[in-house]
Amino acid sequence: MDWETVIGIETHAQLSTASKIFSGAATQFGAAPNVQACAVDIALPGVLPVLNQGAVERAIRFGLAVGADINRRSVFARKNYFYPDLPKGYQISQYELPVVQGGSLTVVLEEGVKTVRLTRAHLEEDAGKSLHEDFHGMSGIDLNRAGTPLLEIVTEPDMRSAEEAVAYARALHALVRWIGICDGNMQEGSFRCDANVSVRPKGAEALGTRSEIKNLNSFRFMEEAINYEVRRQIELLEDGGTVVQETRLYDPDRKETRSMRSKEDAHDYRYFPDPDLLPLAISAETIESIRSGLPELPQAKRDRYIRDHQLSAYDAGVLTSSREVADFYEDVISALGGGYKLAATWITGELFGALKRAGLEISQSPLGSRQLAGLLQQLQDKVVNGKGAKEVFDAMWNGEGEATAIIAAKGLKQISDAGELEQVIDGVLVANPKSVEEYRAGKEKAFNALVGQAMKATRGKGNPAQINEILKKKLAG
Amino acid sequence: MLNASLKQLSALLAQKKLSSVELTQFHLDRVARFNPELNAFLTVDAERSLAQARAADALIAAGKAQPLTGIPLAHKDIFCAKGWRTTCGSKMLANFVSPYDAHVVEQLNAAGAVILGKTNMDEFAMGSSSETGFWGPVKNPWDPARVAGGSSGGSAAAVAARMAPAAIGTDTGGSIRQPAALTGISGLKPTYGVVSRYGMIAYASSLDQGGPMAKSAEDLALMLNVMAGFDARDSTSLERPAEDYTRALEVSATDSDKPLAGLRIGVPKEYFGDGLAVDVAVAVEAALAQFEKLGAKRVAISLPNSGLSVPAYYVIAPAEASSNLSRFDGVRYGYRAPEYGDLADMYRKTRAQGFGAEVKRRILIGTYVLSHGYYDAYYLKAQKIRRLIARDFTQAYKQCDLIMGPTSPSVAFGLDSMLSDPVQMYLLDIYTTAANLAGLPAMSIPCGFGEGGLPVGLQLVGDYFAEGKMLRAAHQYQLATDWHLRQPAGTE
Repeated sequence: MDWETVIGIETHAQLSTASKIFSGAATQFGAAPNVQACAVDIALPGVLPVLNQGAVERAIRFGLAVGADINRRSVFARKNYFYPDLPKGYQISQYELPVVQGGSLTVVLEEGVKTVRLTRAHLEEDAGKSLHEDFHGMSGIDLNRAGTPLLEIVTEPDMRSAEEAVAYARALHALVRWIGICDGNMQEGSFRCDANVSVRPKGAEALGTRSEIKNLNSFRFMEEAINYEVRRQIELLEDGGTVVQETRLYDPDRKETRSMRSKEDAHDYRYFPDPDLLPLAISAETIESIRSGLPELPQAKRDRYIRDHQLSAYDAGVLTSSREVADFYEDVISALGGGYKLAATWITGELFGALKRAGLEISQSPLGSRQLAGLLQQLQDKVVNGKGAKEVFDAMWNGEGEATAIIAAKGLKQISDAGELEQVIDGVLVANPKSVEEYRAGKEKAFNALVGQAMKATRGKGNPAQINEILKKKLAG
Repeated sequence: MLNASLKQLSALLAQKKLSSVELTQFHLDRVARFNPELNAFLTVDAERSLAQARAADALIAAGKAQPLTGIPLAHKDIFCAKGWRTTCGSKMLANFVSPYDAHVVEQLNAAGAVILGKTNMDEFAMGSSSETGFWGPVKNPWDPARVAGGSSGGSAAAVAARMAPAAIGTDTGGSIRQPAALTGISGLKPTYGVVSRYGMIAYASSLDQGGPMAKSAEDLALMLNVMAGFDARDSTSLERPAEDYTRALEVSATDSDKPLAGLRIGVPKEYFGDGLAVDVAVAVEAALAQFEKLGAKRVAISLPNSGLSVPAYYVIAPAEASSNLSRFDGVRYGYRAPEYGDLADMYRKTRAQGFGAEVKRRILIGTYVLSHGYYDAYYLKAQKIRRLIARDFTQAYKQCDLIMGPTSPSVAFGLDSMLSDPVQMYLLDIYTTAANLAGLPAMSIPCGFGEGGLPVGLQLVGDYFAEGKMLRAAHQYQLATDWHLRQPAGTE
């Protein structure tokens, strides 16, 4: 039988506020245990939550960026369960009325573009952390993370493969960083995904029973986990078994998912509106003011690069993969006063290659956008040729300074003097009679050999276009 | 000195005829004398109180006294006070010393008031008799075989027996007004949101409200001035201009015989039906007649959904409580069972041993009404009833300015007489819970004596923010009567 995979993703994006969602304690990662937990976070008797408006503002920003409805009135609810790292015995979340409803995210895949519908996004607080090692049979509790603001973003079951799921997660990851609501640091847990996975016979309408794979904190694990889970479910069904609804965890060492708890032990969370917090009211003015402060979004930028800059869909996609990359590109073209294709080619080619080899992000690039623009300017002005430019690029990467200085220091200035080039070419023609003869006999390749010789004679600095032109003229003559 | 008003005490302090240390020591001595029998105070810390009194005396000497500076006050043990053991009447918090001050405590401290001690109460404020706490029942100063009412019974008994000039309490379904009525003192529950709940250990968040308990309306006004006010740490706290409630006491009427001329008093017929003891009805009727003598007009009104307030209250309050009390899990502070197996066993044993029967009953009820499949039938329905009850009052206030009736259907009942029948106990809250459900201000003032020479309370319920209006009516009544100055025999 042919099977179809159905995937929905829930993402917990940690909002980049300085303090917690319901208290004034700091949210910074990596502090000593429990030093960032105030009276409210440890749930002393009598303390009360106060909503951090910065978290609300970020949720609205997200909603607007995905074209969702911002609910003018949303409600915080208590999700009740006992766990040692949940100090109040309930988590404050949103249940029936979330702040963001609907919306969608467009994902670029190899075979084209796909739209993933979003169900909702709601605000909630994170729990603390239980530490089970180093306590001699006891558990340690670190409440630094308790009360950290999260936006839980839930999709419709719109993805049909692990690749699509990962592409969605990557696009979402880029977007939340793009609009500045989440730092996206997956190692630190700022961006965690749960995947709801089920399979059904191809053509069937009804959804299969799903399992939920929790806390996928890397794109690679997400892909591996979903692929494993799909295989597991198909094998189970083909062997006449049934999939049980359950929560599973991915073990990256053994590359398999394993059951964490089944639906039977599911809690009755007894959600009810939190009486300590008033319903969250958002005015039309607030929404409009946040909308006007939104940056140009990746999709709009991509379309603009294709339309106005005549870039390929691929280049436009790569250049809008993160806000930092797009900003870099735009800085370069603004300094150049154009040169879209040139800038795109150098950024996606030379620069990305170098970054990848060094294992760096664009924000860590030793080569700034102004520097690259300086080099491209020299290239555009034919001061340096392509080969020389690559040499300048390497020098700049190694911190040797600006393009003009490097060109001068290394003597990479292109020879564009017609007289000088003619002299060189005359010499080349004399020295390579065989190639000249071959070319005249119709062997095109011989021409390239002559160009190569001319370039060699100028130690790579000859203007290739001019050399071509002069050679052609002389050979024809 | 026993019947001196806070204003009079303040004047004596200002004139240096009395020091705060003397006044505090005087009341500490009375606590030592009467508390062994009445069990109104759970924690007394003379050193701590006297240190505050000395600081108050220094303020007075420096000419920096405010109206409450140097006045010792009894605090219900539900208010977190830094350095004070704060138990909320529970074994669960038997050894909990609060590291911070509640907003109300902060305000009172800043005003220079002295914490005289922490008073006994029903466990986590769940009860109407101050018998459900871990530390044993509070006894009524008028008859130690009777209850003092609850849940703020310790604060009420402290004021009634003149162990404290005044006290603070909390009211979720009548917990200030009912014990005030049963012990012959005055107590006020403000409009929801007027007094910050920060640092007040939560029972039912949407109903809880702190308020003053004292001998007179005049004293209540002085205390409310300090207790009220916006607090950014409580999202339900209301930001509004400060009111001077003491100024509201005065009347501008030229006819001093009819100071309440023009006041329309709504008397709901539902508050005088079956279940109201005759002695209470007689005293309340007499009080209403007195108000008419003072110029007020009596208007017959109806609050048709009154009968639903107790059922709605006993769904909503336990629902919120079941969640509010989840933090008492033995993990971070408070009681933890000495022996247990796994984590679930630790929770089970800790909570089974740390909570008393009434608290467990309400947690069970609350958990049940919020459960999947029951939520709509109970919790949502109760919320709808709540809106209906609030609407009844809105309608009523088109016809009247204040509503009056009995606070409690009977005078103080015998110790242990109701504990075995919780539903009967819940029904005692019949006249008080509606004000909490609607968020309205309400108070109780003494208005006579009933069976066994026990005090009867008159309840006043005002429209939102009508504290001033209520206090004025009560004050004018107290200028014309002396029920509020009567003191239990043997406490002179």
